[in-house]
Amino acid sequence: MLQDQDRIFTNLYGEHDWRLAGARSRGDWDGTKELLHMGRDWIIDEMKASGLRGRGGAGFPTGLKWSFMPKTETDRPHYLVVNADEGEPGTCKDRDMMRFDPHKLIEGCLLASFAMNAHACYIYIRGEFYTEASNLQVAIDEAYEAGLIGKNACGSGWDFDVYLHRGAGAYICGEETALIESLEGKKGQPRLKPPFPAGVGLYGCPTTVNNVESIAVAPTILRRGASWFAGLGRPNNTGTKVFCISGHVNRPCNVEEEMGIPLKELIDKHCGGVIGGWDNLQGIIPGGSSVPCLPKDICDEILMDFDSLREVKSGLGTAAVMVMDQSVDIIAAITRLSAFYKHESCGQCTPCREGTGWLYRVMKRMVSGEASLEEIDMLEQVSYQIEGHTICALGDAAAWPVQGLIRHFRPQMEQRIKDYRDGKVSRAA
Amino acid sequence: MSTRNLAKDQPDSFVFTDEHKVRIEKIIAKYPKGYQASAVIPLLDLAQRQELWVTKPAIDLIAEMLGMPVIRVLEVATFYTMFNLKPVGKCNVQVCTSLSCWLRGSNDVVKACNDKLGIKFGETTPDGAITLSEVECAGACVNAPVVAVGDEYYEDLNYETMSKLIDTIKSGNPPAPGSAVGRQGAEPEGNRTSLTTDPTQTAPMQDLAAAKQKHEDAQEAARKAKENA
Repeated sequence: MLQDQDRIFTNLYGEHDWRLAGARSRGDWDGTKELLHMGRDWIIDEMKASGLRGRGGAGFPTGLKWSFMPKTETDRPHYLVVNADEGEPGTCKDRDMMRFDPHKLIEGCLLASFAMNAHACYIYIRGEFYTEASNLQVAIDEAYEAGLIGKNACGSGWDFDVYLHRGAGAYICGEETALIESLEGKKGQPRLKPPFPAGVGLYGCPTTVNNVESIAVAPTILRRGASWFAGLGRPNNTGTKVFCISGHVNRPCNVEEEMGIPLKELIDKHCGGVIGGWDNLQGIIPGGSSVPCLPKDICDEILMDFDSLREVKSGLGTAAVMVMDQSVDIIAAITRLSAFYKHESCGQCTPCREGTGWLYRVMKRMVSGEASLEEIDMLEQVSYQIEGHTICALGDAAAWPVQGLIRHFRPQMEQRIKDYRDGKVSRAA
Repeated sequence: MSTRNLAKDQPDSFVFTDEHKVRIEKIIAKYPKGYQASAVIPLLDLAQRQELWVTKPAIDLIAEMLGMPVIRVLEVATFYTMFNLKPVGKCNVQVCTSLSCWLRGSNDVVKACNDKLGIKFGETTPDGAITLSEVECAGACVNAPVVAVGDEYYEDLNYETMSKLIDTIKSGNPPAPGSAVGRQGAEPEGNRTSLTTDPTQTAPMQDLAAAKQKHEDAQEAARKAKENA
């Protein structure tokens, strides 16, 4: 189990002062100037060596992403954009980092921007996070006041500005190119890639979009060294991660743990176990609503990291673990997610716009059992027609929960249909 | 996708308050010259804060202020679900019913709202005080079920605590936002399993001089290897 001295977010629970004085006492902004003077190549190489993989869901190596930015600045300025549009059902980690540890994020913005030759950074925060945006703005103002950012940031000779931008309630804006569109004042509809944002991003300029957690852990990694971070977890799945465990556990919580922690240990140690005991577990969704659910027999042994979850055809995603006990109608649970994706599809690509609504309508009939057995196969086939046929991954994200349900809970679906035919009362009619 | 249209009945005019005009200048200054369209969401938000909903005259005014075609502002206003396109009550009670909240009993919370207010989702109480809305994932899943009242989050609710919350909203005296079971944030209820030690005892900085040397050596080696190849 991870020790407190290896935890990065030491004020995750908001017990201590989140403002500058408190943040400094916890080691933030310590030696930032010296880190900047190590140079951009060192920062990027150190991030690469740490093995940090993006914490927003896709798990792309952060240092590598930073290295895609042009080495020198031309007439087009570079931008860092921080994705704080947290809204993946089950996920609530960035929220606590921003309201309780905002200086980690701001310091990370400075270091990351410097490494990528960006003099400006926009933090795109979801509109609903009003308190979080207020705290973050106070922290930004404090940092300007203290000379940590702004002209000659930290006395390093580097000029750097941070701007906070609030969204207005659109899940799709968590997709990096939709976020850029939204930041430019448009509907949040994803762009085709290529060109990738590192070439043509915000205002047509080289841009890197990173999740809050990926940026906020950077200062600590650079201070303590890549080898410290890489020494935690497993190869290719290094470091610590903030897990959000919600649903049917006795004590739902956010907790920073080592990557690769067994799911059972995570739930038993930090969440007081599954309600009614481990044997009462029906299944979990391990990484936010977009990843396929897993049944109990896989949960017994599974390790919580990118590669291990990928092996069982699911994913770590945002590490938002949603736990469902035996009392849950799991078909109805997945249908709730289908309703979510139908609501949040941006409407740009036909397979997603039409497909998410179709999935939801068919899933509703699966809940009542008012379907035919063959339709389960059809549902699965159609979901594969959505997956991979859209500009962004929302289509995939809508298809995967349904595929996971069919993969692991098909007998329940068939039973529901048979019950309906036999005239038995469906429990979730 | 959610389809949203402007209300049929629209007021004749809209002007920003003087206070908002000052804020607008500051907002526009955040974005590079020529890219003031970036301010469209913040400006629509201000307009909504002023009148509780986004009116057609406000859309027209914002388009003019930012030098945007009206259709572009209209697109934004209808795309983002936080913008109310028809009049709402003074207080907007937004219940999250997404999966994590649903698993923890958001149906009971919805029922408490229905029972106490006598209205369903999308409706406003007859006195125009409270609107009840359903929202998709509020992003506070560990503290589910969650309800946003205006800008504030109320967390860890159940039928009883939600009913009480409605009473206090009705009497104009809502409690401080946050958890109904006394949690500070997203820590586990009861005993701590992490973050029990002094957070000011931080690990020392790595040896930067040695790290720099190591990095330079590695770069040198890589350059030589490249030359030899």
